[in-house]
Amino acid sequence: MIEMKLVSKRFGKINPLSIEEYIKFDGYKNLVNALSMEKTEIIEEVQHAYLRGRGGAGFPAAIKMMALAKETSEDKYIICNADEGEPGNFKDRYLMENDPHQILEGMIISAYATGATKGFIYVRGEYQKSMSLLKWSIDEAKKKGYLGKNILGKKFNFDIEVRSGAGSYVCGEEFALIESIEGNPGRTRVKPPFPTTKGLYGKPTLINNVETLATIPLIIEMGGKEFAKIGTPSSTGTKLISLSGNVKNKGVYEIPFGVPIRDVIYKLGGGIENDRKIKMVQLGGACGPIIPEYMLDMIIDFERFEEFDSKTGAGAIIVMDERFDLFDILLKIVRFFEHESCGKCTPCREGHIQLANLVIKFIERKATVKDMVSLESLARVIHQASLCGLGQTSPTAIISSLKYFRDDYLDRIEHPEKA
Amino acid sequence: MVNLVINNAKVSVEENTSILQAAKQYNMDIPTLCYYEDLNIKSDCRVCVIEVQGKKGLVSACSTPVAEGMVVYTNSPRVLNARKTIVELILSNHDTNCTTCVKNMKCELQTLARNLGIDENRFPSVFERCDIDENNPAIVRNPNLCIKCGRCVDVCKNVQGTNVLATMGRGHTMQVAPVFNEDLNEDFCTFCGQCASVCPVGAITEKDNTDQVWNAIMDSEKHVIVQVAPAVRVSLGEEIDQVVGNIVTGKIVSAMRLLGFDRVFDTDFTADLTIIEEGNELIHRVTTGGVLPMMTSCCPGWISYAETRYPDILDHLSSCKSPQQMFGALAKSYYAEKMNLDPKHVFVVSIMPCTAKKYEAQREEMSVNGVDPDVDVVLTTRELGKMIKQMGINFNGLEEQDFDNPFGITSGAGAIFGATGGVMEAAIRTVYEVVNKKPLENLDFKDLRGLEGIKEAEVDLGGTMVKVAVAHTLANAKVLCDQIRDGKSPYAFIEIMTCPGGCIGGGGQPYGTTNKVRQERINSTYRVDANMKIRKSHENPQVTALYEDYLEKPLGKKSHHLLHTHYHDRKRK
Repeated sequence: MIEMKLVSKRFGKINPLSIEEYIKFDGYKNLVNALSMEKTEIIEEVQHAYLRGRGGAGFPAAIKMMALAKETSEDKYIICNADEGEPGNFKDRYLMENDPHQILEGMIISAYATGATKGFIYVRGEYQKSMSLLKWSIDEAKKKGYLGKNILGKKFNFDIEVRSGAGSYVCGEEFALIESIEGNPGRTRVKPPFPTTKGLYGKPTLINNVETLATIPLIIEMGGKEFAKIGTPSSTGTKLISLSGNVKNKGVYEIPFGVPIRDVIYKLGGGIENDRKIKMVQLGGACGPIIPEYMLDMIIDFERFEEFDSKTGAGAIIVMDERFDLFDILLKIVRFFEHESCGKCTPCREGHIQLANLVIKFIERKATVKDMVSLESLARVIHQASLCGLGQTSPTAIISSLKYFRDDYLDRIEHPEKA
Repeated sequence: MVNLVINNAKVSVEENTSILQAAKQYNMDIPTLCYYEDLNIKSDCRVCVIEVQGKKGLVSACSTPVAEGMVVYTNSPRVLNARKTIVELILSNHDTNCTTCVKNMKCELQTLARNLGIDENRFPSVFERCDIDENNPAIVRNPNLCIKCGRCVDVCKNVQGTNVLATMGRGHTMQVAPVFNEDLNEDFCTFCGQCASVCPVGAITEKDNTDQVWNAIMDSEKHVIVQVAPAVRVSLGEEIDQVVGNIVTGKIVSAMRLLGFDRVFDTDFTADLTIIEEGNELIHRVTTGGVLPMMTSCCPGWISYAETRYPDILDHLSSCKSPQQMFGALAKSYYAEKMNLDPKHVFVVSIMPCTAKKYEAQREEMSVNGVDPDVDVVLTTRELGKMIKQMGINFNGLEEQDFDNPFGITSGAGAIFGATGGVMEAAIRTVYEVVNKKPLENLDFKDLRGLEGIKEAEVDLGGTMVKVAVAHTLANAKVLCDQIRDGKSPYAFIEIMTCPGGCIGGGGQPYGTTNKVRQERINSTYRVDANMKIRKSHENPQVTALYEDYLEKPLGKKSHHLLHTHYHDRKRK
């Protein structure tokens, strides 16, 4: 079996509303253990585990934790980024709806290790069910003394508050998210300073993805070194994959890093509907690269994905079969980012509408070689010069398609008569 | 010190210096657009992107601090292409009819496009015209020119604390506009014009009233007189030849005469008069247990701020009109009488460093006969510069001439009204001598000068030490207002000026006003003062004559009618 259910081990086995069932299934056991450890020991375990952020960027979790731990501010925050807005990603929702306490436990352990005083879970506005479940679970955890003052008899106070997003994609970006919690429009800030130095309300803040935090109890349970044995050297542990598109069995699957994409599509997803051919696969979500069928043997691994210069690590695989046209898909993607750009920086604000105009030329077979050059140049400028992750990653689909589907572009240029 | 390499030059700068500043220190200017000295780093425009060896993406030079061993390229092909693309993108969503733009040849975007050598735009225009907001007397907001650099929002929010301008919407339809997408209006905008002062393009400018002035000058029925504010004489030179800090008083007078004004007067005169009235008001309040602290009232931006944000403390404001309006009132009463003119034929023009003065002149109370405005048209320093250029006057070649009488003799106290702390200093020079009945030994109140946000001093008034305070910018004014509201103000007298640095940093002053420029203008202001024969308002013989001739006495019946006013609660309900 390719699947390896560690973070998702309780999915479907416990009632997510019941803290008792969670506790019965080893829940909060790791928190109890963690509270008996030295704070630095906890971070060391995370370091040994070589846990990398599951939100996409893959930043080493221990480095962020250490950065927060060394801050001496009286108030320090932990934010769980549950603003899962990347098209094609739905694994955080699965985590929140199937095992909410695991996320809380991860947050509480992280807070203890880093000295954080307050936690926020910023949930995508559309995820109403996740929000109610989290709020319910927070209340339950408080009643049992896992949250609140003097947690489990220790001199450790920590509380968590759920905050709702309001539909903006860019609020998944850490500083836009912080601005949103503060009540401002979701627009990023200039870095440095980074959130761990000056984040929410100007205080040191650790922001982690839902899955990253949900993995923390597992690391305490297994020990960092054991955890690191799973997966590949550069990408340890397991990953939740959101598989969607024209596959037979769409859904969330947990696999160890290192599994080839093809296996996920065919062995877990059951192959393509009506056994059609695959035209293209987009990795990570709308901001990820589009690759052709012949590249599907590449393994799921941060290092391997880095060559696309994009945040592909959130774990979405979107399969599109031969009925779909590359340029229609590209236009949808560009329009999405045109709509979601916050407007703060020039390349992202003014660039997407121009990208769209160029893609339309290809759709209408009115494009010239000069247009292809402009498209590539503009996509690269948006990628390199934008202020935040949105603009930096939005052109990935275009840049990758220019590399792997160049024939499609040339066909549109060379055969205007087919229009 | 941090050592790095910029464009193959070895560079050594202090820690936390930005790459932009580091390059500048070594004579390499990285182009910028949203960056403005003294304001926050926004990093929005991305024009200053540069390449740092080892980094995949490009970083903005304005926001990235230097690091030891860093290797920076500010002009690599990748950088140049990105920078050009970014400016092309801005131009693709901008009204590019540059020759008919109010900022033609003064536009930072235009200069940038020229310097980058943009001779064609690869991207088709996606610009959609929208309405111009010009429904107020002072400021025109033309969203068709806005490039969303965020400078105006920064000034409005962080320097003034007024929060009128904000960014609205998102993506390429994002707008910079008054909150809730209203027009700029007197309900919440103070018309300070700091937004216009920092706008790199023509998206926010003062309302141009030069045509009205030309028409009046050419109207043979009208007797057109002009007053020049103190701050204009230390800044107009910048409008002509970009030299900062020149004192050009005499040349302004000559230029005005060439432009065709019938008489050229000095607002410094009514500044002296303000001191007599306001000083006496202060003494009256102190001696009769009146409302203290008293606050100055010569700044219309501040008046609007108080009326809209602090209506509960309006009784702290001096009832004195501003020098501009005292002048207007006298012009249409005393002066008309003296000159045997029908006041209806006297046309009063003001040259002010200020955009809010345009609003002030239109206030209902500012009319002696209750119908016509006392000041007919207010022009900013920039608009005067425009008229001088329209007329083709060789400003630098002009001889220096004196102001006309009866509003031509002035004191150094009137002259320093243009700088933050100046009104307070002028007032103390007079009040001290009136109360203590002995000459003030040291006329220079250095504690009250300079760009510190809130300044304090103590003055001996009849044996009691009295505390006074000076604030410039509305964010600083707020601090002092809150103290009053909370009953915790330790002061007897407070001076407030809306603009950073005072009127010399006004919203109508030449573009490019930074703290360095403000300081230069302030220095020149105090040079004007130091060189005056008379340095105290109560020693101005023309002011004395005016009381003997016409006004009778400070705070008297005529003064009350002509020189004092009242304020309204304009807080939004």
